[in-house]
Formats: sequence, C-alpha cells, structure tokens
Amino acid sequence: MTTVLYCGHCGRETGDGAHEACRRALTLEPPRYCDQCRRRMIVQVHPMGWTARCSTHGELFSS
Amino acid sequence: MTDILEVAREQVLGRGVGLSQEQLVEVLRSPDEQLDDLLALAHEVRVKWCGEEVEVEGIISLKTGGCPEDCHFCSQSGQFTSPVRSVWLNIPELVEAAKETAKTGATEFCIVAAVRGPDERLMAQVKAGIEAINAEVDINIACSLGMLTQAQVDELKAMGVHRYNHNLESARSYFGDVVTTHSFEERWETCLMVRDSGMELCCGGLVGMGESLEQRAELAAQLAELEPHEVPLNFLNPRPGTPFGDMEIMAGKDALRTIAAFRLAMPKTVLRYAGGRELTLGDLGTREGLLGGINAVIVGNYLTTLGRPATADLDLLADLKMPVKELQKTL
Repeated sequence: MTTVLYCGHCGRETGDGAHEACRRALTLEPPRYCDQCRRRMIVQVHPMGWTARCSTHGELFSS
Repeated sequence: MTDILEVAREQVLGRGVGLSQEQLVEVLRSPDEQLDDLLALAHEVRVKWCGEEVEVEGIISLKTGGCPEDCHFCSQSGQFTSPVRSVWLNIPELVEAAKETAKTGATEFCIVAAVRGPDERLMAQVKAGIEAINAEVDINIACSLGMLTQAQVDELKAMGVHRYNHNLESARSYFGDVVTTHSFEERWETCLMVRDSGMELCCGGLVGMGESLEQRAELAAQLAELEPHEVPLNFLNPRPGTPFGDMEIMAGKDALRTIAAFRLAMPKTVLRYAGGRELTLGDLGTREGLLGGINAVIVGNYLTTLGRPATADLDLLADLKMPVKELQKTL
C-alpha cells in the first residue's frame, strides 16, 4: 500500500494542515496533483467519470 | 403600488411577455417570504409556455486549459495559476462520451473547447468528431468554441451543428470586471451571427460574481433581447488560482430568485441548470429550481468539475413526474 504524501486538491503535504476543505472539494472535482510527487496531473473529465495522469506515477480513474 | 408578482402573472403568464429590466430588479429584491410564491409562478410560466418536458444534455471538453483569455471565473485560462493543465481529447474518447451521454436519455451533446475562437486544427478536429459521433450515436450535437467568424459559423452549420453556445457571461455594465481580453460587443456579435445562421443559439451567463442585483437583471434583459433558444444559468464555483477564487458562494435563496427572474424575463426559452448548482443549491435547492422555472439540466460532470451522478437527476425528474424530452433532429 502506498502512503499518500501530497493532497490531490491543493498539492500541499498531507501533514501540513487538516485538509478538511480539500476533502470536501474532492467530492466535486477530480484530483489535480499527484499524491506521490505533487506534479500537476493531466486530467480529463468525462460526462460520467474522469482520469488523472501523472507522467511518473501513472493514471487514476474515477470509481 | 401593484405587487410585482401580480404584474408578472398578468404579463408573463397571461400574455407570454417577459418582464423588463426594471421589473426584474423588483423580482430580485423581493423578500424571502415571497420566494415560494415567486417560484410557483415561475413554474406555472414554464409549464404554460414550454410544457412539462425537461431537456437533458451532456457536455465534454475537447480542448482543456491553456486559453489565452482572462475570464476571471475560469480555471482554464492560461493567464492564472490554476492547477488545470492543457490537454486535448481524442476522437474515440469523444465518441465514447457521446455514447455515455445518450444512454442517460439526453438529446444534446455539447463539444466545448477552451479557446478565444477556433483555428483550423480545432475546426478539423470538431469536423472529424462530429462525423464519428454521427456514425455511432443518435444525438443532437452542439458546440462551444468561442468567438466565430461568419465563415466559421457557416462551416459549423454545414457540419450539422444543431446548437451553438456562446455565453454573454455577465451584464454589459459588469463585463469589464470579468473579462479584459475581449469585449462584450465581440461576444454579442458572435451570438447574432449564430442566431441569424439558423443554428439554435445557446447563450447564458454566470451569476454570483460580485455583480449587483441591477446588473443581474441587466444580464437577464440583455439575454432576452438576443432571444436565445436556450439559456444556461451558471452559479460561480470559485476556482483556486483564478481572480474570483476567493469569492463567497452565492446564497441559495438568491440563486432561486435568479432562476425565477430569468424565467420571468424569458418565458419561452429553454432555461438550463449549468455549473455551480451543486455548491449553491445542493439537492434540495436543485429540486426547488426545477419547480421554479428550470426546464433543462446538464447531467453528469462539467468541463473540469464534477456534477451530481446522472442517476440522481434522472431519479429526481421521475419523482417530479417531469418527462425527459425525446430526440427530434431539427436540422
């Protein structure tokens, strides 16, 4: 299991603050930052889902 | 003094004549105690002049981010420090999105690009996309590609584009506070060319961007002057990194009053819930808006943000006994 190091919403370290607002925001938007390296990801939003791709850590999909 | 709702009942419900800018200011200033009556009247107007049906649409971003314009609400501008990165959608993904949209019962699928206006590459990609969608999916195709030349209007019409979206964004008097890289008049001109071409004009805007109630009424009146087939109504969703990123989310009651006011300004248009309703209105407010003048929805996600699950909206329409409009190819 990989440890999440960075917030997918704001890109700051997960240990830097509570990120409550970020968690709420992520219910209505896809993550923009890779949670492993904080690179900005290439995100495509589709009518029924989304994909987010980090050039180093691969692609995430909506559940 | 005659109550504005009494005036609206006779003028808008009775005769189908939209309220003037001055009358709309009165509606937007009406007290919370009158809100239920206002929404009920707007709903009556919608049912009488548009019918019971609700039009369902899906939207997709063909070209995301990197836009040269500086619309202060938009996370896709290349001028701000927004985390949105530039990317193009390929044709197979575009067709797949159209299929997903059609499965919901939607009759409209809108292809959107974050650009000032389309260049040859984008026009070619749109043409290829439309041909591929038409080969596999039965759905009306709309486009939103920014400002157009007359030649581009003609080209899009020849491609079979059913409806073209180009929003006014805000009232003429507030436009300079929202966008500085192009003018209200440039947007207006594209809208006129689209309308005159025979394509359906989809033209709306955003509210909750710091405009006054008078300017909100002004936007509704200016939209009414254009007589668009459809008006998408967006509520500001403050995006990180944009100049409007720290603005407050609009109050739900103000949003509902705005919906009703837009319906009373344009009794016969398709009035669509667009972005921001999830934040501004939530589930309960979404229902109230559908009973307060709205007769169209965008299902599923938006261009860079997520919407409610499509099933939530479709279940709500079923619960409200509002039939989904069926496909009629009009072009």
